[in-house]
Amino acid sequence: MLDNVVRFLSLSDANVRFVLLGSLLIGATGGLLGSFAVLRKRSLVGDALAHAALPGVAVAFMLSGSKSLPVLILGATIAGVIGVLLIQLIVNFTRIKADSAIGIVLSVFFGVGIVLLTHIQRTSAGNQSGLDKFLFGQAAAIVDDDLVVMSVLAAFIILAVLLLYKEFKVLIFDSGFMQSMGFSARLVDLALMGLIVLTVMVGLQAVGVVLIAAMLITPAVAARFWTERLHSMVLLSTVFGACSGMAGTFLSSLAPRIPTGPVMVLVATGLFCMSALFGPRRGLVARRLRERGNRQRESIHHLLRACVELEERTRKTAFPREELAGELQWPRRRLRSQVAALQRQGLLARVEGGWQLTGSGRQEGLFVVKSHRLWEHYLVYRDILTTDHVDRPADEVEHLLTPEIIADLEQLLEREQGLDVASIVDVHQGDSLYRRGGQEDG
Amino acid sequence: MAERTVANIPIQIHDMTIAYHKKPVLWDVDLDIPEGKLVGVIGPNGAGKSTLVKGLMDLVPKASGWVKIYGQPYEAMRRHIGYVPQRESVDWDFPISALEVVAMGRYGHVGWVRRLRREDRRLAEEALAKVGMKDYARRQISQLSGGQQQRVFLARALAQDARIYLMDEPFAGVDAATEKAIVEILMELRQQDKTILVVHHDLQTVTNYFDWVIMLNMRVVASGPTSEVFTDDNLHKTYGGRLTVLSQAAQAIASQRGD
Repeated sequence: MLDNVVRFLSLSDANVRFVLLGSLLIGATGGLLGSFAVLRKRSLVGDALAHAALPGVAVAFMLSGSKSLPVLILGATIAGVIGVLLIQLIVNFTRIKADSAIGIVLSVFFGVGIVLLTHIQRTSAGNQSGLDKFLFGQAAAIVDDDLVVMSVLAAFIILAVLLLYKEFKVLIFDSGFMQSMGFSARLVDLALMGLIVLTVMVGLQAVGVVLIAAMLITPAVAARFWTERLHSMVLLSTVFGACSGMAGTFLSSLAPRIPTGPVMVLVATGLFCMSALFGPRRGLVARRLRERGNRQRESIHHLLRACVELEERTRKTAFPREELAGELQWPRRRLRSQVAALQRQGLLARVEGGWQLTGSGRQEGLFVVKSHRLWEHYLVYRDILTTDHVDRPADEVEHLLTPEIIADLEQLLEREQGLDVASIVDVHQGDSLYRRGGQEDG
Repeated sequence: MAERTVANIPIQIHDMTIAYHKKPVLWDVDLDIPEGKLVGVIGPNGAGKSTLVKGLMDLVPKASGWVKIYGQPYEAMRRHIGYVPQRESVDWDFPISALEVVAMGRYGHVGWVRRLRREDRRLAEEALAKVGMKDYARRQISQLSGGQQQRVFLARALAQDARIYLMDEPFAGVDAATEKAIVEILMELRQQDKTILVVHHDLQTVTNYFDWVIMLNMRVVASGPTSEVFTDDNLHKTYGGRLTVLSQAAQAIASQRGD
């Protein structure tokens, strides 16, 4: 095994170079076209295409007696395209929906392919034919002639995508608009489909018909987690695909008889899981953190508002924890941790007789209270709610209002409703509260 | 009336019938739409309003009839047409920025395979600024509100720099501020002698917004200046039998008379 690693990493063996370069091309083209296939919601068609290609490989071998890659790919392509056309026919001329049609064609063609493969293996030189490699893929089977074919096809695919990038983008986003400008959506769609066919065929031998679709779907879906732009998604997906291709080939070479396809797909799936977890906006961790941040901010706002409102009502400035807990109706543990958090932020200070807002704490608190009350006013004014229903929705929204929105709201309510905004915070001693906050700050 | 084609009529439709799966949804449409008018297309759901717009642009096949744009076939004139499709017709989760969407309005001028020129990008930025969305140019489109998305669609049509604009429900699901902003832009386009066809739902605003109206219910019930055509009788013919809409219509009539 160690020699294998050395042989691989040193790249001294020409065969290893072929295999690695081949799997890089397969992964990269898969990732490239996969982005468009996934966004166009064509990923399952890619799967059907690959499975339908199997009988084509078998028939091409039976007719020609040759194992040369171009011949087999030609057979695979013809069968794959027939399969896809059949799906279209079934959808157009029966009441069967696309998903069922894909399922039917995929399994029938694959079944026929397996029967033919078994037949080939039982007869003639079948045992040496190695066609069964097309099932799960064997990157080690790539030889220099294959690599030439693959490179030419990959270069063609990449060039075509570069040329038609703008057309693919508008086709997938808004094909009706595209047509109104005089582009033939049918032609562009056909070009995209053709490139997907080519991509699948390039990878068929190394990844296998069963799993090649995963090399279209997985890198693209993983890339979507990291970006909100098509060009960076396409680029990232290509890189993910290339990495999975090479890593899969390398890992599967470490032990004998491990087919390449499944390992490539496992690596790609690993990348997908990382992306789904750690993607910056859409990832699970980022979403959880955002939710937690929101909840934390809400709690802090509630506590600040409770302090300000207690000050208004009781004319005291310091409150023992029990009093705060009663006001908020929070369990003690929650209150203790939130009080500690506010203390760390310098918004709340421990004084004789309990806890007291600091200067900046009071300022912040007044803002929160003002937001809350302005929002309540707004809801009532706009007849969105009646007064007795007001508190809950105001509670939820107040945490999201930015100072700009508050300023707009203030203006609006002053202008249209003649609301005296200065009076809205603390009817009894609002001015003094404002002043006190300012003084302590200064 | 529309037997001969006239080069100074922006949109001429003659005997257009459109069928989906052999079932006609629009019958024998004859229309001459004059230049520099803000035209409302109204009618109940399923009346063929969107189909009329799509038929104009050859997006759906015609069973019969023809359309002439300034006396010429659509293919020859499509650079002079700007299109705002229904907002729900696209996937707003697509990974693309507001500015990129607007830039698509220039694709028709750029043509196959060629990339956008600096000039095209400038026009796209201008269009986005025009609808008050300059600050949102780099936003991914799913992060925009419904009204903002509709503005982006309008900006894309403006970037097409057309003489005729076809808009499919540009006011659907937008906030009041956006509706006002869109109306202002439409009025401005009309001042520049552009012809604007707007599929519209809200009968209350018809008399305020449009100086020409096409009333549609699988056929053209009436077409002409709003003051002449938008009548109780025609509304009844267009919306006949639909009570909820009728009451809306009655309200609209009432408010029109009140003016």
